[in-house]
Formats: sequence, structure tokens, C-alpha cells
Amino acid sequence: MADSRKLTVNGREIEFTDERNLLEVIRQAGIDLPTFCYHSELSIYGACRLCLVEVTQNGRTMVMAACSTAPAPGMVIQTETKELREMRKISVELLLANHNTECPTCVRSSSRALQNIARRLGVAEVRYKKLQPEEMEPLDLSSPSLQRDPNKCIKCGDCVRVCSEIQGVGAIYFTNRGSNAKITTAFDAPIAGTECVNCGQCAAVCPTGALTAKQDSPRVWEALYDKSKTVVVQVAPAVRVALGEHFGAQPGENVAGKLVTALKLMGFKYVYDTSFTADMTIFEEATEFLGRVSNGGTLPLFTSCCPAWVRYMELYYPDMLANLSSCRSPQAMFGAVAKKVLPEQLGVKREDLVVVSIMPCTAKKYEAQLDKFKVDGQPEVDIVITTDEVGRMINSLGIHLSELAPSAFDMPMGFATGAGVIFGASGGVMEAALRYAAEKLENKTLENVDFVAVRGMSARKEATVHLGGMDIKVAVVHGLAQAKELLEDIRAGRANYHFVEVMACPGGCISGAGQPIGATNAIRKKRQQGLYTADKAHQVQKSQDNYLVTRCYEEHLGGHPGSHEAHELLHTHYQNRGQIFEAKVPVMRGTADKRLPVTVTVCDDGDCAGAKLVDQIAAHIKAMNLADRVDLDAAVASRKPAGLCVSVGDHVVEGGEPAAAIEEIKKAIDSGVASL
Amino acid sequence: MEESIDKSQALAAQFAAVEAILAKNNHDPSRMIPILQEIQDVQKYLSKDVINYVASALKVPASRVYGVATFYAHFSLSPKGRHILRICDGTACHVKKSHATLEMLSKKLGLTDDKRTTDDLMFTVELVSCLGTCGLAPVVVIDDEVHGQSTPATVEAIIDDIIAKENAAKAEQGK
Repeated sequence: MADSRKLTVNGREIEFTDERNLLEVIRQAGIDLPTFCYHSELSIYGACRLCLVEVTQNGRTMVMAACSTAPAPGMVIQTETKELREMRKISVELLLANHNTECPTCVRSSSRALQNIARRLGVAEVRYKKLQPEEMEPLDLSSPSLQRDPNKCIKCGDCVRVCSEIQGVGAIYFTNRGSNAKITTAFDAPIAGTECVNCGQCAAVCPTGALTAKQDSPRVWEALYDKSKTVVVQVAPAVRVALGEHFGAQPGENVAGKLVTALKLMGFKYVYDTSFTADMTIFEEATEFLGRVSNGGTLPLFTSCCPAWVRYMELYYPDMLANLSSCRSPQAMFGAVAKKVLPEQLGVKREDLVVVSIMPCTAKKYEAQLDKFKVDGQPEVDIVITTDEVGRMINSLGIHLSELAPSAFDMPMGFATGAGVIFGASGGVMEAALRYAAEKLENKTLENVDFVAVRGMSARKEATVHLGGMDIKVAVVHGLAQAKELLEDIRAGRANYHFVEVMACPGGCISGAGQPIGATNAIRKKRQQGLYTADKAHQVQKSQDNYLVTRCYEEHLGGHPGSHEAHELLHTHYQNRGQIFEAKVPVMRGTADKRLPVTVTVCDDGDCAGAKLVDQIAAHIKAMNLADRVDLDAAVASRKPAGLCVSVGDHVVEGGEPAAAIEEIKKAIDSGVASL
Repeated sequence: MEESIDKSQALAAQFAAVEAILAKNNHDPSRMIPILQEIQDVQKYLSKDVINYVASALKVPASRVYGVATFYAHFSLSPKGRHILRICDGTACHVKKSHATLEMLSKKLGLTDDKRTTDDLMFTVELVSCLGTCGLAPVVVIDDEVHGQSTPATVEAIIDDIIAKENAAKAEQGK
């Protein structure tokens, strides 16, 4: 009889403690059972049937899925028998039959779990009828961030669970049944029109190429080969501690210098560091924070660096948008500053300057194409590619990253402090802001710059920092489901903070969906550590000591943070997108080709400010003879109180008195139709 | 246009009915299926807007409500006719040529495998699995009334009768 906390795996006695399931015990014993649908941070699904093991307990022997079986003392487990091997092979064959196998041209072919497992299990042929061309479904290319290929989906459900459990969104779900089952959006709609926040964590866990980041690297090659263009690039902090994994380096190894060399070899004229505008973000955001604290402004202040989080707020908490910092993300700040400053500095025309971003993130692709970040229809950041994409671009050059001699980023926008670099880890923005706020409030040099309470992988990190006679309460969360919990706590008065940092991806940008696939918590911690090591290696650790940012303010941004010029270039506004969840009732339909969408939120009893506005707006449209060019919808809100909310194109009028609102709405309709 | 506003208010009122069903079920997400059933009983099908409305009222993603609604054959996402014909295609009915009745109806009403409801929303024809009355095979259920040992001719007579009654009612209204 085995000890009370022991079981036997393949004849070897293994101790276990609080492991959730047999799979964890077996993997700790050094046996890497294959899985598709198992992720330790997600709920257990037990669908892929690859982790099958033979379990003998109380004299009975059964084949069980290790992921969904709790370990019990005395269990005798076999992981390799003839039967198990056959069963796993059949499972993989069935998956392959259902999967549009186009490995040589698939963007996920370097990391594809399905391919690797098939090879590992020795699947030499697929005996089942393959997916036929006429059964293929169209790809969903609607999103600027992600692309969906339903023909490669093996229905493991990893994406469904990460979207709802980690991000609290649930834009995709299992639909239909049996052989018609499909993972898709509500009504099988293009994902761009849904509540998808573009974080891409679905693609990060997808074991096939069914969900992938939108590929923009061909556009970068095109720009690089165009002799009339000057192409510059910014590199986000988190990229440097993960890109090396593509080339056999350890997670967390900082390859920034080698990446700069590789980018120059590709033909980028100048290579800059997004950490520079991360420092600039601290100038603006910490100034905004201190201003709100001293002027009794809206608190807590939420960070706004993460475009997935910003979209989440616009969709789910439009009533709290005033809490969101008006600062642009470092990527957007870089785009604005680069397009303003570089044409003169480099002697190129603005339209010939191409700004490329290398980001760990898919949501940044979405952010860059937003109208509010365009000038005269031209985006300030022209093309966004991911860490993964740049890794493949380097591969295609036939050079090996590890063999390159490092180079330095170009000045001035390549100069960053350690505070700018740690932006890539959850807690980094908060720590950088605290380093800034501490000196401003205490009026003396901050010696110990480490605020370790906000670092690491804990779900919610809280700290109270005593600064300038005040107790500043801060919180840091990562994963939008965590953010939702925190927002609900704030709403209900259960929690109270001055300043909150939110990043959509677990661990922060270091495990964004643009990073090399397969991040586990161990890998996330190593990447985070890589950034904190880089922080120490920088000559300066505090954003406020970035003298080139200060010089940029003096020369181009009105001299100081919060100036008029800084507001123009470095800040933004947000949009209530909550109407996406409301049921639309058409009131008027125009017939012209281009029509202005106008949506008025109403209550279901029809007796509300919105319902009266519908009549007034319809009368105005009729009086102005615009009926052909407007689509008027009533959006029936089930969320109470609905409040006054009217969207005219991208312009949203909300709150306040209907009498005042109607004038603004009329104006917006007139100018909206005029600019169609 | 006044007409369209009236129409939209009527549509908005339909959500008040949905809201009443939700309230009766305490807006409890675990009662999603009974809620959808009740709504379908009243409105004959689940429209996109109703699904969106239910989702945000229950604070669950619309994709999940859509997933549930598409999982069960009981739920329909397209409008259904005023008269519903269910042709049993269980083993017993199948071997007793239930398909002959289906073919007759498809031809007569202009329906196909993908189009199950007539354009005038008078009839919906569904093929269902065993209804549990194999002794009466082949069985057709018309508006919840079971018709055993049916033939294409008997079923055609019944629907002709329905059409005649509807036309008469329409003529009456016209007066």
C-alpha cells in the first residue's frame, strides 16, 4: 500500500500535494502528455482526449482523461499502452480529417501544436475523409487585429474559455450542434462588429491556425522596397524579452540590440524605442493624476495604455469613461510625435514618412487604424506588426538573430529610461508613475525606485504608498475579467483607489497575442524578469530624468506636460460603444448609397427621454429633407438606467438634458450628412 | 414616416413583453432556456434583436444565447408560419412513406430543405424525429393536432381547408 500522498506512474512512485488533476502530477513527473484543450489557467474541458491514461484503483482499471481526473492516493497509472497509443492516434487522425491542413502556408506552422503532436504520435496517414473544398467556409477577415479560419478549427474551445474566463468578454462561443458545431460570434457575424476587444488571447491559445493575428508584414516589405518612402520603426518594450524565443533564446533574454541591427539590415532607416514615448506617457499621465488629486478630479484614474482595455471600457462601462486617463497609448503618442517632428528633422515630406510599429499586441493594430489617430485620412502609425511577424521577417532574410552584433536605438526617440521599459510588465506603468509622482509630491530625489508590491503575477496587486503627507492607494490588475471584478468592487463601494493600472493580457504586454506562442506563467515571469533586469541596466530609472523627452517638450510640445500642444498630440477622447449590446428597432431607412447611422437609446416601456428624442430627431430629419440619407434606429436598452445616449455616426451625445442634447444632435446630423 | 414611428413603438412594445418574461424568471441566467421557450411561444421565433436583448438583460454574452438557441432544434431563429405542420420521420413513419407527404407539401407550398416557411407566413413544414405514436404511422401533427395513418391526400385536404378558412376570414375583414 502506497503512502497516503503517493501514486504510481509507469511503475514509478510519485508524490503529490495539491495538484488539481492527474495531468499536472504526471507532467511534474517529467512525462509530457500531449494536450490541446488543457491550459492550467483555464477551466478544464476534457475534449481533446489526448491525455488519456490507464488508471487502476480499487482493483478496477479504466481509461480516463488525466486532465479531468483528481489524483488519489494509491492510484496506479500507465501513460503508454498499446490501447492508449491507438486511441490517441485515432483522436489526432479525426482532428486532422476535420482540419484544413495547409501547413506550408499557415502562419502558425512554426508553432503548431497539431502538427507537432501528430508527428510525436507517429500519425503517418489520415484514414478518414478529409474536409472537402465544397465544405469550406469563408474566412473572417473583418477585424484589423485577428483573422478567423473556421476550416482549421478543431473545436477544442480554448478560445471560448480564454475569452470568457480570462477576459470576461465572450465574443465567441460554441454554436449549432454535432457535426455542424462551430465556434463563432453571435449570429455568425463578422467579428469586427462584435464586442471583441482585439486582445487576441484567443489566438494565443489556439493550437491550430484557426485564430491568428492579422498579418501586416507584406505591407511593411512593400514600404521598405518603395524608394520614395522613408520607413522608421518603433519597438515596444515587451518585444525585446520575447523575440529571442523565435531563435532559440531563453524567455526573458533581452535581444533589443540585435533586433535593431536586424531591422537596419531589412532597410528601416531609423529604429526607435516605444519606451521613449512610454516615458512621455508618464510625464502626461502622472501630471494628469496629480492634477486630479489636487483639484478634486474624478478618481480613481485608470491607465489607458492598453487599447483592448480602453475598448472594454467603451463597451461595458461607458458611464466610467471619465475615470480613464485621456493619455494616448505610447504607440499612439509615438505616431503623433514622429509624424510631427521627423519630417522636418529628416528632411522628408510627411506623406513619404512611413511609421511602423513592432508590438507584442494585436489590439495595437486596431488602435492604429482608428479615425481619431488619423490626420487627413492618414494614420499616424501606418503599419503595426507583431513580435511574431518580425521574427518571421528576420527568418526570411536568412540571418540568425543570435549571431548579430547589437546596435543602439537611434536618437532622440530611442533614448528611454528603465521606467519606460518596464511598461511591458503588469505593474510597470504604475511603478513608473509612482517613481514620477513620488518625486513631485515629496519634492526630493527618490533613491529607492523599486515598488515591488505592484510587480508579479498575482491577480490583483494593491499598495498604499505614503507620499507628500497622503496615502495614495493603487491597484494593478491584468486580464479583463479581473478588471471587471475590480470595477464592480469600485462601483459597489467595496474598494477605493486613487490610481488603477489595467492590462488586458495576463502578466501584461509580455504575453500579448503578438508574442511567440505558448506562454505559460513560468515563461511570463521570465519575460517580466527580463524587463526588470533591463530597468536596472539603463543609465536612468525614472521617466522624469529622460532629458530627451524634456527636450522634446521644450522644442515641440509647449514646454511642459499638460500644455495645449501636448493635449493636441498626446491625448485623446473616448466613445460610448455600449449601444452594440442593445436591440435595434429601425425607425427610418434612407435609400441613398451613403447614409448616416443615427441610433437613439430608448427604454422598453417607450416612456423615456430617448423615445421623445426619436420623434424630435425624425421631425428634424424630415424638415431638413435628409430622410434619404439617414438611417434612424431606436436601440432598446435592457440595461437600466439607460440614460440619454444618441450616436450620430461616430459622434456620441450622452447624459444631460434632452432639450440641450437635441440641438447638439441636430448639428451633428447636419454636419454628418454634409460630410458623407 | 409617422407610420414608421408608430411601427417602431410597436416593436419597442414587443420588448416590454420580453421584459415581462425576464422579470418573471428573475433575470436569472440559469433560466435561459425556459426564458427563450416562453418568448418563442409568444413570438413564434427568436429574432436577432430578442437574442441581443435577452443577452444583455441576463448579463451574458450574446454569443452564448445564440449558441444555446442554435443547439436545440426546438428553437427557431427565423419567423414561423401561423400553421405548423410536423411530419414525423421516425423509423415507422419513414418506412410507411412519410416522405411522400413531405414532397407533396414542398411542391404545393413552394418549400425546400432550406426554406421551411411560406412567404405569406401561413405555413411552416418541419420534419421531426419520432413522435412516439408509431402505431398510427405515418403521423402528421398539424397545429398540435395528431393525424394518424396520413396520406398525401388526407394532409392536402386538411391544408386546403385551412387555406379556405384563412381566405374567408380575410374576405370578412375586407368588408
